[in-house]
Amino acid sequence: MAMQFYASPEQIMRDRSEYARKGIARGRSVIVLSYEGGVLFVTENLSTALHKVSELYDRIGFGAVGRYNEYENLRAAGVRLADLRGYSYDRRDVTARALANFYAQMLGAIFTEQSKPFEVEICVAQVGATPEQDELYRLTYDGSVQQEPGAVVVGGQAEALSGGLRERHSLDMGLDAALRLAVEALGSVGGEGGAPRTLTAAQLEVAILDRRRPGRAFRRITGQALTALLTAPDQPSTAAEGEGDAAAAGTGSAPGDAAARPTSPVADEVSVSDEDATSEGGEGTNADPSGTSGAE
Amino acid sequence: MAAGLDPSWRLPAAFTAPGLSSFSEFLGAAAPELLPGRRPLPPGISADIAPHATTIIAISCADGVVMAGDRRATMGNLIASRDIEKVHAADEFSLIGIAGTAGVGIELMRLFQVELQHYEKIEGAMLSIDGKANRLATMIRNNLGAALQGLAVIPLFAGYDLDAPSPERAGRIFSFDVAGGVYEERGYDGIGSGSLFAKAALKKRYRPGLTTEEAIALAVEALYDAADDDTATGGPDLTRRIFPVVMTAGAEGTRRISDEQSATISEAVVARRMENPGG
Repeated sequence: MAMQFYASPEQIMRDRSEYARKGIARGRSVIVLSYEGGVLFVTENLSTALHKVSELYDRIGFGAVGRYNEYENLRAAGVRLADLRGYSYDRRDVTARALANFYAQMLGAIFTEQSKPFEVEICVAQVGATPEQDELYRLTYDGSVQQEPGAVVVGGQAEALSGGLRERHSLDMGLDAALRLAVEALGSVGGEGGAPRTLTAAQLEVAILDRRRPGRAFRRITGQALTALLTAPDQPSTAAEGEGDAAAAGTGSAPGDAAARPTSPVADEVSVSDEDATSEGGEGTNADPSGTSGAE
Repeated sequence: MAAGLDPSWRLPAAFTAPGLSSFSEFLGAAAPELLPGRRPLPPGISADIAPHATTIIAISCADGVVMAGDRRATMGNLIASRDIEKVHAADEFSLIGIAGTAGVGIELMRLFQVELQHYEKIEGAMLSIDGKANRLATMIRNNLGAALQGLAVIPLFAGYDLDAPSPERAGRIFSFDVAGGVYEERGYDGIGSGSLFAKAALKKRYRPGLTTEEAIALAVEALYDAADDDTATGGPDLTRRIFPVVMTAGAEGTRRISDEQSATISEAVVARRMENPGG
């Protein structure tokens, strides 16, 4: 006969927090930065189909770290809520603040009511007319939400990354400078014996919310355009000599984005499509079915 | 509640249902009152209660497809609007025009736009053009009850097929019937009360492989012919500077012809008709 032991609410919450933190710590961080031309999302992701960063609405993007099935579920719910709002009212009435609120309520309810919390940490970002008007929200597994101006890091190494990142980040950076800063920060952790790693285009997932593009601002930067941005030491002329093999990675992955979109300087390799919702696994997936913690 | 959430912030299951990529199916579960086909109507014919939108034509050309619509909406013998816009981009590569009850048509068109974008965001890939046309047919079919009571809507759908074997076959046009039938049209098609006359004009002048510019001029001229013989179709309004809405869909996406360009083309048509009223 099973014995029921008493566990205090504090103990239960502590155990859940610890469980969620452990799961999140295994995922690679997502860095979100405001820069002069928009909002930049950068993360490590070897998959070109299973995304950690994606579009929620016209001016709003989503980045997540943790268990794939859980954040994919959050993302789809966010897309549905945003589209429902936009359809009921107007496209301008869909805001990152409302979505962040929604996620906070959802994550908070899951954390307190279900025995297993979501092992995810997410960022909701909205691009504004100027970098000062960008809104970046960071949401954690327990539903707590912070608005952080300029730069947000989500994921296990967030504390380690954000200090140095904030010091060197400024709102008037160009895309290439912001991207290199973010990639350097991502590479500063996880190396052998604390040595910095060098990340190539094939290891990265990069997307922007383009401030100057009317309507749907979300764009992925893949392949050659990404390689060019990573290697160019501020002179655009050297951009052409990117690595050939990396360039093949992200071009035209989905049929919908295959045709040219000649609207931005990186348009030839940039696509707007996001998720492959039907698949599972991928970066950030934790194959750890160790069950729930916390006594009932 | 319009946001679909109950006061406790617990989500209806539809929000987190896996594998649901259609916005209208989601609406059906989360907020069915927002779906056009779900409203009970009182018995009787109510065709005259709301404005009607009229003629739309689409022409396929070498680089894609052109769609044009006049600007008039009528209620019985009255003009309800002189500058209604009935041709819109459905998504990045396709166009939709509506004829019939304007209010229902505009709602349907907005729902269709969200439907396509929603699918794209959830699935990470666009629907094929045939998938889009079939989806639209389902939405028309759901409106059948209202259509039988006089609130019918018929759309015209056209787009650039990204999977076409060759560019000259990429401009595709689909017409629909009120029961949800979907038919692919060759070359050109029209809907609305003036479409009879517009299509008769196009029949004599259309040839495959038109350039986009030729197709735009042809579309504007066909609308002139429709307005010539149909009171519910508006011709170019030279005094108020209201001209047809013309849009194109091609490999670069959809584009709306500027008002100035539409005015120039319309004025040229009017000038030619001064010489020869029959065209």
